[in-house]
Amino acid sequence: MKDVSIKELKNIATDLRMKVVDMVWKAQSGHPGGSLSAAEFVTACYFKYMNVDPKNPNWADRDRFVLSKGHVCPIQYAALGTLGYFPVETLDTLRKEGSPLQGHPSMVKCPGIDISTGSLGQGLACAVGMALAGKMDGKSYNVYCAVGDGESQEGEIWEAANTAHKYGLDNLIVFVDFNNLQIDGTCDEVMPNGDLGKKFEAFGWENIVVEDGNDMEQMCAAIDKALASKNGKPKCLYCKTVKGKGVSYMENVCAWHGVAPNDAEYEQAMTELKAQIIA
Amino acid sequence: MSELKKIATRDGFGDEIVALGKENKNILVVDCDIGKSCKSTKFIHELPDQHVNVGIAEQNGAGVAAGLATCGKIPFVVTYAAFGSMRMCEMIRQEICYTNLNVKIACSHGGVTPANDGASHQAIEDMGILRTIPNISVIMPADYNSARKLVRAAAETYGPMYLRFTRDAIPQIYGPDVEFTIGKAHLVQDGKDVAIIANGDTVRLAIEAAKELASKGIEARVVDMHTIKPLDVDCVADCVNSIGKIITVEDHNILNGLGSAVCEVAAEMGKGKVKRVGIQDRFGESAPYERLLAKNGVTVENIVKIAQEL
Repeated sequence: MKDVSIKELKNIATDLRMKVVDMVWKAQSGHPGGSLSAAEFVTACYFKYMNVDPKNPNWADRDRFVLSKGHVCPIQYAALGTLGYFPVETLDTLRKEGSPLQGHPSMVKCPGIDISTGSLGQGLACAVGMALAGKMDGKSYNVYCAVGDGESQEGEIWEAANTAHKYGLDNLIVFVDFNNLQIDGTCDEVMPNGDLGKKFEAFGWENIVVEDGNDMEQMCAAIDKALASKNGKPKCLYCKTVKGKGVSYMENVCAWHGVAPNDAEYEQAMTELKAQIIA
Repeated sequence: MSELKKIATRDGFGDEIVALGKENKNILVVDCDIGKSCKSTKFIHELPDQHVNVGIAEQNGAGVAAGLATCGKIPFVVTYAAFGSMRMCEMIRQEICYTNLNVKIACSHGGVTPANDGASHQAIEDMGILRTIPNISVIMPADYNSARKLVRAAAETYGPMYLRFTRDAIPQIYGPDVEFTIGKAHLVQDGKDVAIIANGDTVRLAIEAAKELASKGIEARVVDMHTIKPLDVDCVADCVNSIGKIITVEDHNILNGLGSAVCEVAAEMGKGKVKRVGIQDRFGESAPYERLLAKNGVTVENIVKIAQEL
């Protein structure tokens, strides 16, 4: 764990948000909404909690991060580029031919990606495999995994949830990004999820509710609690977030799931985000 | 060879995986509740710390295996061929093949060998479906001993692989010292008049057919094409060039399996004649295994007849 203040983490999250908007604007393609809702837990993991070495991305004892909701990879790429897994200028190549930064993350092409994702519902099972391998080998690493609320409509998520419980994977911490929006509308309209935190609890997980998943202080408190709780239960951090968080016209607007801002929208977004930097 | 006791190739897997697991603690079995009928029981008892059972959740089994493989494990996901190919198909593509991870899908109940279980459990599409996915090798051994050799080769060779075994007992063909290489056809016998290229449980039919043809003065080359991907293109090309008349035999749909793979080579060469013997693009039913093969013309008599017509 790194010694970094909440204020610093907040500013890093804002910086990553700016990088997301910049990348998606330059690519004129990508998923800004979900990337922005995920900024707090991605920042907290990579810049405070995870034991990783950007110069040795395949280090066997590292903590892992699985972005099961792989379409929001711009936020993960922003973190990896900032940490030096690859030159930060590479962020400008998002979704371009020959780029390591594929439209959905590829472990074969991009250093720091622990497993390829993109087809929803599949990453959690992979994270379970990683956490299980850690338990088998007596290693102390943790596995972090981000699952979308819409993604939780996939049955494989619950198969994996069963397995994590059976094998007592308290080294597995899952962020459920509850922004209540998916492509065709709100989750409540498309397929009501109910209380996903309680669902994971019913599957034998420890449910830690993060009332404001875009509040860095609450996020860090929740991760601290999850890491301290070695009770044989995998952890669900049920994060109530805002899709598009930080850019006023994107917040809670379903249409910003997978479209890029135009030049005027880009300028406005960057101005708004710059104003969020704490001096 | 027919004096030897018949034995299912799933038993070859069950025996070899225990030996491999004892040699390398990173070799794991990931069961999906049907370990008993896929013959991982011995592994479960002897190597419990290397055994995972994800329950009746094959998709998750594939994903868990992928995660384990990223941490240096060599997981064998064990289920029936119908589920290990089709139920898990997209997970194999996304998390095992696209990632090029060292996961082996080891499936019993290949082809129509789950005879009485009916069409739901018979796998006639599996090898064809999987061979269209980049990075994966697709393998079906012909008997117990070659199953053991190919399971060992799979464990010792990096990359995603699909191995398909029989539920039913089939005759033994090879002694324990015959070697097999993934991607390299095994020449059972040479001949100059017709080439019979078979795999899995139909290799024995090819051998019987060759014997009958010999009595009629026709010399058949018999090839055990245990790996349909990567296909031994040189072997097929040599059959096309030096014989020109080929019969493929498989316990699989004639679409997209061994027969199709051989046809692709011959078509690109622009010569040779290929006849395919296999399941006739229709679902099976509950019936004895041999009857199901016979209903589709997968018989010694049919192979002999086609060879004579060629």
